[in-house]
Amino acid sequence: MQAFIQNLINGLALGGVYALVALGYTMVYGILQFINFAHSEIFMLGAFAGLFVAVALQDVGSTPVVVTAVVFASMAACMAVGALVERLAYRPLRSAPRLNVLITAVGVSLLLQNAAQILWGATPRVFPTILETQPLWQGTELVLTNVQLIVIVVSAVLVFGLSILVNRTKLGMAMRAVSFDFDVSSLMGIPTDRIIVFTFMIGCSLAGCASILYGISYPKIEPMMGVVIGMKAFVAAVFGGIGSLTGAAVGGLVLGLSESFTIYYVSSTFRDAIAFAILILVLLLRPSGLFGVVRKEKV
Amino acid sequence: MSAPSQNAGFLKQATITAVFIAVLWGVDQLLQIGLNPYYVRVVVNCGIAAILALSLNLINGCAGQFSLGHAGFMAVGAYVSATLTTVYPAGEFFQSPLGVGVAITIGGIVAALAGYLVGLPSLRLKGDYLAIVTLGFSEMIRVCFLNIPAVGGARGMNGIPVHSSFFWVYLWAALAWVFFWRLLRSGRGRAILALRDDETAAEAMGVEVSHFKVVSFSLSSAFAGIAGGLFAHYQGFIDPQSFDFSRSVLVVIMVVLGGMGSLSGAVLGAVVVTVLPESLRVFESYRLIIFPLVLILMMLLRPKGILGHREIWEFFPRRAK
Repeated sequence: MQAFIQNLINGLALGGVYALVALGYTMVYGILQFINFAHSEIFMLGAFAGLFVAVALQDVGSTPVVVTAVVFASMAACMAVGALVERLAYRPLRSAPRLNVLITAVGVSLLLQNAAQILWGATPRVFPTILETQPLWQGTELVLTNVQLIVIVVSAVLVFGLSILVNRTKLGMAMRAVSFDFDVSSLMGIPTDRIIVFTFMIGCSLAGCASILYGISYPKIEPMMGVVIGMKAFVAAVFGGIGSLTGAAVGGLVLGLSESFTIYYVSSTFRDAIAFAILILVLLLRPSGLFGVVRKEKV
Repeated sequence: MSAPSQNAGFLKQATITAVFIAVLWGVDQLLQIGLNPYYVRVVVNCGIAAILALSLNLINGCAGQFSLGHAGFMAVGAYVSATLTTVYPAGEFFQSPLGVGVAITIGGIVAALAGYLVGLPSLRLKGDYLAIVTLGFSEMIRVCFLNIPAVGGARGMNGIPVHSSFFWVYLWAALAWVFFWRLLRSGRGRAILALRDDETAAEAMGVEVSHFKVVSFSLSSAFAGIAGGLFAHYQGFIDPQSFDFSRSVLVVIMVVLGGMGSLSGAVLGAVVVTVLPESLRVFESYRLIIFPLVLILMMLLRPKGILGHREIWEFFPRRAK
């Protein structure tokens, strides 16, 4: 029983990170209907930005101020890169076929990955301990650390904040309108290009925050780190029904939980396969994901 | 058409085939003597890439479906054929060039079966959802091989007999070309093309949509499996890492870059994607940046691919007869 609860905690912490990254995928997909493959590299860049700021602030010690500074630096860096990528690579393709945008996204992803490899080398770096891992509560076989609690709480707060932003604010209304109908919303006076940039920036800042949460739990930073997490997060987004915020959050959690249980009860080499097995099963039963909207095709 | 002219047509085709095989064999011998082994390797890799691109072109370019899992089928072909030649039964026969050919063919057949299984969900799914399910299947195939100790697990398979040369690769590539060329000009091929243009209209005209989706998946996977078998018996070594997501993406890039639905475009894309990173070696590690930049610029400046829907010779006006 204790092992079960331990896996539940581990899974929630991992799922929180997946959910935050998945939200970025789902938001971009909701508006522009394409898979932003570069999102996983934004995650990686966020981790590197956090790493550099953390190293620069190493003398200050591990205070909450440092942690906050690292998180915000990473979010800011991700926002900047996200806006830049949107402006330079995606905006000129607004009216192009979707496959072209997809290939461009793959190109951007490769570009960022390889640029990071040239700039910072392929050897993994250790993320400095900006937060001492301490057990908050300890049973016989059960530990809840402060890091895990922070990861779970921060991701829950961010998901909640995002849902308020999208459902309760004017900006969120504009975002929903653009995702509902791009052309009509621009006729209604919504500055679509600006809304799209905003969407990118919000999604990317979530990825930045997720990268720091990931960095303090698994302190290994390298240029290829985004690939696996990005793919899992994307699976989470599709699983929940791509375009749906609730879906991405739930999908992330389910994925994190299933992964942690697979590692414990089956084998760690199957951890990547289980995600896809669940995904395929869900899509066969519900072709547009758990919370996805089925759009009837009209002739 | 009367019988004699049919006979003459057959004779002509047989002659062309024989001459082609002879030329291929001659070039193979010349390459072995004359050319730097590095260039030979690039040329052969182009051939394998061309088979992959030609086969994916059937799903992504002609049938209008979107598969992101081509590396998975390639892995099936590679592992099945390499297991036959290296692990079991691996006798005298399977170590000989002919046996390797048989093994590669069996690999292609098994890959076709896998393609059939993956093609089934495509009946229900569309667009990006289908893409992600094919990606999921190919990752699962990879993880399965990762977990079978008999085929080496994560360490991969060593000591695969190296029997696929320039000759065999290009013979298969030519076969793939002829096969897809003839297919697209047959009634069934037209039905597959109709899926891409308008699925609803095609169904209304009596095209069995689900049947042709599964058929295009199986045929395409068969050739992907053969490319995998050739790859395994050219490298002499395979591991699950060789068939990851990035390889699937590379094949998609070949098809899109060359021009979707165009056979010569697929070959051109395969050659460009294989040769470009090699030819950029003078820039050392910066080539890793130049390749994606070329890709992005290509999509911005020539969004339909190098050739678009057309074949390469359609760009040159025909001489008046």
